[in-house]
Amino acid sequence: MDAHATPAASVRHGPPTGPMRWLTTTNHKDIGTLYLWFAATMFLIGGLMAMLIRAELFQPGLQIVQPELFNQLTTLHGLIMIFGVIMPAFTGFANWQVPLMIGAPDMAFPRMNNWSFWLLPVAGGLLVGSMLLPGGGVAGGWTMYPPLFLQGGISYDLTIFAIHIMGASSIMGAINIATTILNMRAPGMTLMRMPLFVWTWLITAYLLIAVMPVLAGAVTMLLTDRNFGTHFFSAAGGGDPVMFQHIFWFFGHPEVYILILPAFGIISTVIPTFSRKPLFGYASMVYATASIAILSFMVWAHHMFTVGMPAAAQLFFMYATLLIAVPTGVKVFNWVATMWQGSISFETAMLFAIAFVCLFTIGGFSGLVLAMAPVDIQLHDTYYVVAHFHYVLVTGALFSIFAGIYYWLPKWTGHRVDETWGRWHFWLSAISVNLLFFPMHFLGLAGMPRRIPDYALQFADFNRIASIGGFVFGASQILLLIVILKCIRGGEKAPARAWEGAEGLEWTVASPAPYHTFVQPPEVK
Amino acid sequence: MNPSDLNSRNPRAALGLAPCRLCDPRAPELARTNASSLRRFGLLAAAMFGFGFALIPVYDVFCDLTGLNRDAAQALANNTQVDFSRRVRIELVANVQDGAVWRFGAPSRPVDAHPGQLVRVEYELENLTGRPLVGRAVPSYGPAAAAAHFKKIDCFCFREQRLAPHEKIRLPVLFVLDKNVPRDLGVVTLSYTFFEQGGGKRT
Repeated sequence: MDAHATPAASVRHGPPTGPMRWLTTTNHKDIGTLYLWFAATMFLIGGLMAMLIRAELFQPGLQIVQPELFNQLTTLHGLIMIFGVIMPAFTGFANWQVPLMIGAPDMAFPRMNNWSFWLLPVAGGLLVGSMLLPGGGVAGGWTMYPPLFLQGGISYDLTIFAIHIMGASSIMGAINIATTILNMRAPGMTLMRMPLFVWTWLITAYLLIAVMPVLAGAVTMLLTDRNFGTHFFSAAGGGDPVMFQHIFWFFGHPEVYILILPAFGIISTVIPTFSRKPLFGYASMVYATASIAILSFMVWAHHMFTVGMPAAAQLFFMYATLLIAVPTGVKVFNWVATMWQGSISFETAMLFAIAFVCLFTIGGFSGLVLAMAPVDIQLHDTYYVVAHFHYVLVTGALFSIFAGIYYWLPKWTGHRVDETWGRWHFWLSAISVNLLFFPMHFLGLAGMPRRIPDYALQFADFNRIASIGGFVFGASQILLLIVILKCIRGGEKAPARAWEGAEGLEWTVASPAPYHTFVQPPEVK
Repeated sequence: MNPSDLNSRNPRAALGLAPCRLCDPRAPELARTNASSLRRFGLLAAAMFGFGFALIPVYDVFCDLTGLNRDAAQALANNTQVDFSRRVRIELVANVQDGAVWRFGAPSRPVDAHPGQLVRVEYELENLTGRPLVGRAVPSYGPAAAAAHFKKIDCFCFREQRLAPHEKIRLPVLFVLDKNVPRDLGVVTLSYTFFEQGGGKRT
């Protein structure tokens, strides 16, 4: 009994040591950490591919990679960044923060949680490893359009298998998160009292459960078309290649919001903290998020205005798409109104959040330009599209992940972030990312097609600027790694409430958060 | 161990034991609600997997009902070489030179087609004898002025035809009556006459 009374014994239920801890863990914080490190690793791999792409595009002609490899790089860069970086990073945030934010002891299904994570390295390995197979990696574009995708080698089958595994992982993760949020909130935490990050993830989880199976169905049809003699999309047997695009984008457009709604949640958490004001228009934020999610199911064909749709359909998809600007605008104005007359301080997390609001809005506006059918027919598959989706996914989703990392690192590690290094990381990233992606608007307007390793001479200057921006942006991410490692190894101790203006249950537990939290549910008043 | 610790909010932690979710009096209830959520979300995911496949027939039915993407509604697919403003009647005629060896039949109805439209018709040829036959069809047009406007893409008359004893074959012809056929030609006749070739071989 005496031994049990010592403080050391009271943490006896801490994690086992060694690699088995990570392999067998069912702890939401461990799994969150695993997700985040997996995302970081894939970010490195996908980022190196982007560096190669930008190096090849530094000047016209073929210098570094041949077209076959170039196509593999663009395809895998897309797949890895979407399925291997942004989605796992957000799931990592959800694993860490959702139980802490709602006062739950863990996720609803801890063992399934372990499984959803450990499927991911398998899928990532299949994707990246397929580059070593005869015929090379998958090179048909991340959208996997037939007929090209029906004609590739063995790596195409492996990619389909990887997508299946990642889809299963996402669906299980989403079911886990949605169940946790719906059933395990602390007493007194009604739905409309949940932190906005939890709201955005609840809606994201519904989107994932609704559309990841559709993607699984689409790639299953590709698989049977390739190997088992069906003709869903193979025109030779009476199938319709355009049908794939309809099914794919029925998944693909909600997927776009899967990649950005949790970002909205993070930004809606960070901005009030550093503005020292409650979030402006909480209820309207919830309704805006829900409207974006519902509208996302009605706009898929704006990705395929050029396939030859009747004018009525083009008009419908154009207007429905433009409508999404309304709830998105509500969000942007609410963030600005939260900062308005706030007592703002510019910690690195806040800098990334403010950059998110500005730069994501640019990406949103170029999205509105592309939403207009007659304009899109001109800009389809040009660098304008590349600029648009990198503004929303890099300066949008990725910057929100950076903001979230800087914001929650003290809670995860128990140490304050080194703000000097953080600021260097922020300013280098923020400047270079614009150098990287802004010229792509001009390239697209001038007619440079995407997914090509070589280009006409008149595009050379802007490509050179973009490549220089790309190299600086890629290199500055090493600073992020240094900041994280420094923070894990030591630094100024962070108190439970690591930020002066931070609100919410996660700041009531110690920093670093103990291995088990909220075993007894807190009362929310 | 201070006995009052056992009455604290977390007695197991006070004893140094691992937190136990099942010790919570609400745990069985929570396990039930969680399991039912898992079932419902799992069913939703399974249904959406089926929905992906169902989209294929759904699109077909939807386009049939609305006429979207069907026939002339798809403006891009329209053949601009077809003159939809008028029709020309094409009478089809078949003649044989050696009535006793062939039976050569034309389609029983004339064809009405827009100028520029692709037309496919089939003639029939039967060998009435007990020996192999070789023959060839020779076309003629009425009025003769129409001949310049018949563009044949494929025709049985391009090749000689070989028939085994008592064999019966179908002979397709694919043609376009071009857009410039004079407006006063309301009816044209396409006529074929079948000749046996190598008559000298007859024994």
